[in-house]
Amino acid sequence: MTSPSLDGPVTDAPEHDPNAFPADHASAPILTAHRAGLLGCRSCGRVWPDDHTVCERCGARLVPPDRRGLAAVWAWLITGMIFYVPANLMPMMTTQTLGRSTDSTIIGGVLVLLKHGDWFIGGVVFAASVLVPVGKFIAIIWLARVAGKPATVEDAHTRLHIYEVVEFIGRWSMIDVFVVAILAALVQLGFVAAIKPGPAAVSFALSVAFTMLSAQSFDPRLIWRGLPLHTRKD
Amino acid sequence: MLKQDTYDLTTGAGLIACPRCDALHIEEELSLGETARCVRCGGVLARPQSGAFTQIIALAITTMVLVFAAVFFPFLEISRMGLGHGTSLFGVAIALADGAMAPMAVALLAFVVGLPAVRALLLVYTLWPLARRRPPYAHAVRAFRLSEQLKPWSMAEIFIIGTAVAMVKVAGLATISFGPAFWAFVALVFVSLANRSFMCVTTVWDALEDAGASTDGREKVEETKPA
Repeated sequence: MTSPSLDGPVTDAPEHDPNAFPADHASAPILTAHRAGLLGCRSCGRVWPDDHTVCERCGARLVPPDRRGLAAVWAWLITGMIFYVPANLMPMMTTQTLGRSTDSTIIGGVLVLLKHGDWFIGGVVFAASVLVPVGKFIAIIWLARVAGKPATVEDAHTRLHIYEVVEFIGRWSMIDVFVVAILAALVQLGFVAAIKPGPAAVSFALSVAFTMLSAQSFDPRLIWRGLPLHTRKD
Repeated sequence: MLKQDTYDLTTGAGLIACPRCDALHIEEELSLGETARCVRCGGVLARPQSGAFTQIIALAITTMVLVFAAVFFPFLEISRMGLGHGTSLFGVAIALADGAMAPMAVALLAFVVGLPAVRALLLVYTLWPLARRRPPYAHAVRAFRLSEQLKPWSMAEIFIIGTAVAMVKVAGLATISFGPAFWAFVALVFVSLANRSFMCVTTVWDALEDAGASTDGREKVEETKPA
C-alpha cells in the first residue's frame, strides 16, 4: 500500500512500484486522513468524509482524532485507580485452617509465597497484581498527558510501543482474581481447611476492568500529531 | 465499483487509514501471504492467508466443543486427610455466588467460557457463507464487529495461568489432581492462539464487503485480466 499525496492525481491511478517500498516512502511526507479532511474508521480502516458519524462498512462510530476523546480515558482511569485502593487494603481471601481464620491481602499473599520459597510464583503474582496495574496507571497518565503534543518520529514510535504493551498486558492482571476464585471453589474441606473470597477480589477485578476500558478509549492516532483542543472550525 | 488503484480524496473511496496513526494508504487487493504495513508506524494493515476462513471456522467449532467439555467435566480435585472435593467450572462460579459475590461469579463464567464460546459462534456465523463463496447472512457485519469488541474480554488463557498459581498455593495444604476439563482448557488456549494467527481483520471486512454486505458500491473488485 502506498501513501497518496494531496497534489497528486485525484481519481487517476498513480504510478506504483511495489519494490520501491520502503526506500521510496520512508522519507516522503505522510498524508493523514485528518489533514485530508477525512475520517478514518478505527475498526476497519475505511475512510469517509468528515461529516460521517458512523462507518458504513462496519457500523463503528467514527471519531476524529482530537483531545476531546481523552476525557473518557481519564474518567475510566480514575475509576480504576479508586477501586485499586480497597483492592489493596481489604482482604483478598480468608483462609480457615483447623478453626483459625486468617485474612490475606494482595501483598500478604505474595509475602506468604515468598516465605515458602516459591520465588517464581510469588514473582508472577506480584507482577500481575502490583507491578502491572501500577505500571499501567503511570503509562496511561503519561500517554494521556503527552498525547497530541509535538514529538519527534522516534518519540511517537516509543509512545505507540508503550500503548501496545499497555493494551496487551492489561487483561493479565486478572490472574489474581482467578486464583482466588479457584481456591475458594476448591478448598472446601470443612473444618480442616476452607477459603472464602474477600471484598478485595471484587474491587481488584473492577479496577482491572476499568483500566482496560481506559486503555481501549485511548486513541493511538493522537500520539502521532500535535492537535489543538478543538478543531479550528469550532 | 472501483478499479484497482483509483482513489478519491474528497470522499475517501479507495483509501485506507491506519487505525493506529491515521496515515492514508491507497487500498490494494493483496495476494495471499503478502503483508501490508503502515508506511508511518509500521503496524500490520492486512495479511491475507490462504484458506484462513476455513481454518478459523474449524478452530471455532473446536473451541465450542472444548468449552462444553471445560464447563461440565470435573476441573480439579483436592484431597486431604481422606476428605475429597472435586469441582467443575460451574463449581468455581457457584463458590463465588454467595450474596455480594454473585455478579462476580457471572462475570467470571462469562470471561472464562462464555465469551470464547460466543466469539466462536459469531465467527462461524460470519465466515461460514464467505468460505463457501456465498453472500453473508443478515447482520454478519454486526456479528463480526461484536466478536472483535469482545476479543480483549475473553480470558481463557489467563484463567489457565491462574490455575497454575492456585496449584502452587495449595500444594502444601492438600493434594491436587487435574480433571479432563483442565486439559480441555489447555487445548482451548492453544486453539485460540492458532485462531489469532490466522485472523486478519482487514481481510474479513474486505471479504464481507466484496460478498455484498452493506455495500455502497465502493468496494474494490479484482481487475479482470483479458485472457
